[in-house]
Amino acid sequence: MALDSKVPAGPLADKWTTHKGEIPLVSPANKRLLDIIVVGTGLAGSSAAASLAEMGYNVKAFCFQDSPRRAHSIAAQGGINAAKNYQNDGDSVHRLFYDTIKGGDYRSREGNVHRLAEVSRNIIDQCVAQGVPFARDYGGLLDNRSFGGVQVSRTFYAKGQTGQQLLLGAYSALNRQIAKGRVKMYARHEMQELVVVDGKARGIIAKNLVTGEFERHSAHAVLLCTGGYGNVFFLSTNAMGSNVTAAWKAHRKGAYMANPCFTQIHPTCIPVSGENQSKLTLMSESLRNDGRIWVPAKKEDAEAIRAGKLHPNDIAEEHRDYYLERRYPAFGNLVPRDVASRAAKERCDAGYGINKTGEAVYLDFAAAIMRYGAEEAHVKGLKNPTDAEVKALGEKVVEAKYGNLFQMYEKITASNPYKEPMMIYPAVHYTMGGLWVDYNLMTTVPGCFALGEANFSDHGANRLGASALMQGLADGYFVAPYTVGEFLSKDIRTGKISTDSPEFEAAEQAVRERTEKFINNNGTKSVDFFHKRLGKIMWNEVGMARNEKGLKQAIADIQALREEFYADVRVLGAANGMNPELDKAGRVADLIELGELMAKDALERNESCGGHFREEYQSPEGEALRDDENFAFVSAWEFTGVPSEAKLHKEELTFENVELKTRSYK
Amino acid sequence: MDLTLKIWRQNGPQEKGEMKTYPISGVEEDMSFLEMLDFLNDKLINEGIEPVVFDHDCREGICGMCSLFINGEAHGPGRKVTTCQLHMREFKSGDTIYIEPFRAKAFPIIKDLMVDRSAFDRIQRAGGYISVNTSGNTIDANAIPVPKENADKAFDAATCIGCGACVATCKNSSAMLFASAKISQFSLLPQGQPEAKERVLNMVHQMDLEGFGNCTNTGACEVECPKGISLENIARMNRDYLFASLSSNK
Amino acid sequence: MATTSKGLFGSSLARKYWMAVSGLFLCTFLVGHLLGNLQLFVAGEEGKLAFNEYGHFMTTFPVVKILSYITYGAIFLHTVDGIMLALQNRAARPVGYVKEKQSANASWASRKMALLGTLTLFFIVVHMKSFWYEMHYGALGLDANGNKDLWTLTVTAFEQWWYAAFYVVAITGLAFHLSHGAQSAFQTLGINHPRYTPIIKNTMTAFAWLIPAGFVAVAVFLFVVQPGQNL
Repeated sequence: MALDSKVPAGPLADKWTTHKGEIPLVSPANKRLLDIIVVGTGLAGSSAAASLAEMGYNVKAFCFQDSPRRAHSIAAQGGINAAKNYQNDGDSVHRLFYDTIKGGDYRSREGNVHRLAEVSRNIIDQCVAQGVPFARDYGGLLDNRSFGGVQVSRTFYAKGQTGQQLLLGAYSALNRQIAKGRVKMYARHEMQELVVVDGKARGIIAKNLVTGEFERHSAHAVLLCTGGYGNVFFLSTNAMGSNVTAAWKAHRKGAYMANPCFTQIHPTCIPVSGENQSKLTLMSESLRNDGRIWVPAKKEDAEAIRAGKLHPNDIAEEHRDYYLERRYPAFGNLVPRDVASRAAKERCDAGYGINKTGEAVYLDFAAAIMRYGAEEAHVKGLKNPTDAEVKALGEKVVEAKYGNLFQMYEKITASNPYKEPMMIYPAVHYTMGGLWVDYNLMTTVPGCFALGEANFSDHGANRLGASALMQGLADGYFVAPYTVGEFLSKDIRTGKISTDSPEFEAAEQAVRERTEKFINNNGTKSVDFFHKRLGKIMWNEVGMARNEKGLKQAIADIQALREEFYADVRVLGAANGMNPELDKAGRVADLIELGELMAKDALERNESCGGHFREEYQSPEGEALRDDENFAFVSAWEFTGVPSEAKLHKEELTFENVELKTRSYK
Repeated sequence: MDLTLKIWRQNGPQEKGEMKTYPISGVEEDMSFLEMLDFLNDKLINEGIEPVVFDHDCREGICGMCSLFINGEAHGPGRKVTTCQLHMREFKSGDTIYIEPFRAKAFPIIKDLMVDRSAFDRIQRAGGYISVNTSGNTIDANAIPVPKENADKAFDAATCIGCGACVATCKNSSAMLFASAKISQFSLLPQGQPEAKERVLNMVHQMDLEGFGNCTNTGACEVECPKGISLENIARMNRDYLFASLSSNK
Repeated sequence: MATTSKGLFGSSLARKYWMAVSGLFLCTFLVGHLLGNLQLFVAGEEGKLAFNEYGHFMTTFPVVKILSYITYGAIFLHTVDGIMLALQNRAARPVGYVKEKQSANASWASRKMALLGTLTLFFIVVHMKSFWYEMHYGALGLDANGNKDLWTLTVTAFEQWWYAAFYVVAITGLAFHLSHGAQSAFQTLGINHPRYTPIIKNTMTAFAWLIPAGFVAVAVFLFVVQPGQNL
């Protein structure tokens, strides 16, 4: 099948407006005859379900959590971008578009990204109207801050809980529709299979996690808003339940996976502390506004710190290596995430890491505390304040800005970041790759759409900070509600989709068999045992730096792991009733298959771009070497039975509005 | 660390439950409380015992999914932390730790330590929103200035994660802290004013229907709330409800 | 017994309002009552006649009579509403905890309001039997001015150690009841303000201990001085 991105013709800035005007409408009377399934209730899912219901469609929404409000969008900390230019620093839709394309290392689709930048402004208006309590300045107007990879302040925020506030906003819109009976909400339900009838997505098999029952749900379209698959690495900043199952089942039913190897490793996470760690905690990128990242300039100092003989505060300024400021003077600590992460890895690999495992660098607020303190002292009219006074004042300012993050850090590490620098290390955070979608956000299975992190469309090979929230809400509130109309307008005479068809029967049967297999397996190892091993393979070979040999090894290892998993996994308990181990087994099975495909994708992409860094392709200074001649395309993989034997389809990326340049933040 | 865990085991909503004792050794100080339970579960699986079921997801204190009544307190002995943020360094080797589900009539047990908190969703559905369409065709965001103090207070109320610790810890199983936080978030903002009266009347009504107890102002909820939601919100709700009742046309 | 109606009757909040309003009214009653009691500090025949004069006034003056009926009403409302709330609260947690550490997050008094309230109610019944009933229906002698001799009834009651002790215990219970209830009534009525709430709390806490202290002082005075014996 040839990939048609269906990006409308015409000038970039007019594409979306023109397209919206041309999408066939579905009359209100007909909307009432059309059912839509929305899987996942994060920013994309909640906003899409609410918007579609409001338009008149019958919506069924599913989430595996006990409430739609708990989807992992809630954990996003830093902010949401929008080209409002409230700060009058030269921001515009075009600049947001350009920054996103550049930040994504020229591996995203121009049309989609421009649309995202356009609707970004509506998102803020919408959220404020819904009562989202964004941070404000003393005049009562909205405040902004800066994020990595850009030189303007366009990030709207609500302290370190922006994702929470935005999700609660979308959840409130969803609740309004649930209360009206327009959305039927299925919490503690997990999608187990996509049902395709006559080549179109017509429903899902969902598992009621409380009773263990399988339910057939039919619809005229299925929207997958199921987030990313960072948990393939076991340790990531994703929630424990985040998984790829919905997307993977769609992939197995014909939806192509695009750029699966594009993974974002976030530079500022709390380092791994031990073998029993279950997840990693992010420290918001906003911290890089004020924190300075460094390691000791002398190896012996680093060794002394690791051995506990030296305290970071005792290292003199001239013996510190602020390596981001040194390497990238123009952007300094605010370089994009992929660049910052690799630079940290480079220093640690060279032996300058500062925790026991040698895999951590410092994020230091001492300078910011003194700077803010001096400002405060000036405002307060203190003459010749002592250092201690300035420090105390500065700590108050920093607390107001980042208090909850500092508190979170202290709870986890038992170290006080006001007194000694934070220790941070990169961790898996976001997946730019996902289901391939066209301009209408439809996958290669007609009627099956993918929104938010679940699709691949907007962030190329690297996502800029504060853009995930933007994309989730853009897709859910402002894009999908229009674009599903194009597909559904042809379905107004279809009538209710029956759940008694052989396709539903077969899908349910397949799910039952999988479940039975796990329950009756009589293996000896827990699901986590395999998940952890998968994570180790992925992190070592398909992580921050990849090479051909390692990737080939990874594919072989993952295949062996999969065999072992099915032969030896032990799932206790029954199939009927709540059984989280059983649910986890299903998710890990899919993650194992996905991991293999990710390795394959990384192996085939013989270039370094964004979050994908192939050791073979780097400049003498260690910067990523992109190959636009041969790799300016989207890799869309078609499932053929074995993940690493998937068939590659290429969507060539054409850039008519930006010039492809080597990304430089120097 | 060596610990003795006393954990509530209950196979299903209608089954009878009981406290079971599990000795465990090899627990590390850096583990979070939930990682300690993972560790226990791994052991149980190896021994062929069904693992303990508990709710959890984000493990960074924001999703509100984790619960647990640990040694007599919601989310354990820590302050302003959820169970997932509680670390084993808060305990010492040799301790006996009681782990029970959140208890309330409105929070029926699903299995072991997992409870059904959908009552909270129903309270929110009764009015925890502003009736604005999601068209994006609203006025410019900065056309609605909000005094910083009110915006900050609305934010503080809105940081409630809906975990249910307030209900679990209240001797009356009252959901007033939760409901008041959700109501306050909107009543403090100009956008929330048009529906303010109906909102407080309807949400309190739903709260009553769910079978929560009444607030007796012990203040336990505020102490145990992982997000430090203030009792001020309850007073605000009391005030709003009083005025709404007095001035409602119905 | 879920509350299912909205507005000022039946809803959980409304029940709390009635508790708060009736409770606060009873607080004002306590002030009045204590002012009357303080007259017992005046010793001798002069004090006796003045006290009985006061007793006569309190049982006959129409405005006071109306106030007394409101007081009975408030006690009734406070009791019935309190019982209903307590039952509802109990029903809200059918299965309790094996281990519960309530002291970690709430004061003792705030957790024992129903118990303290019951004790107070019991005290009121005994107290009314001792004085109110006797004043209205008992065979009290008359004093020199022809008023019923409530004074003698009172002072002789408190000369008995067990009555004085019971009184002190009950009033102490009342003090604990007030220590939580008096200030928390304001919260229930929605009066909470960063600037004024600390003032309200301090004032009402002082009230909660000083008023009972006044009652106890009178009782102790009567027991120690035994004015009836000295007359």
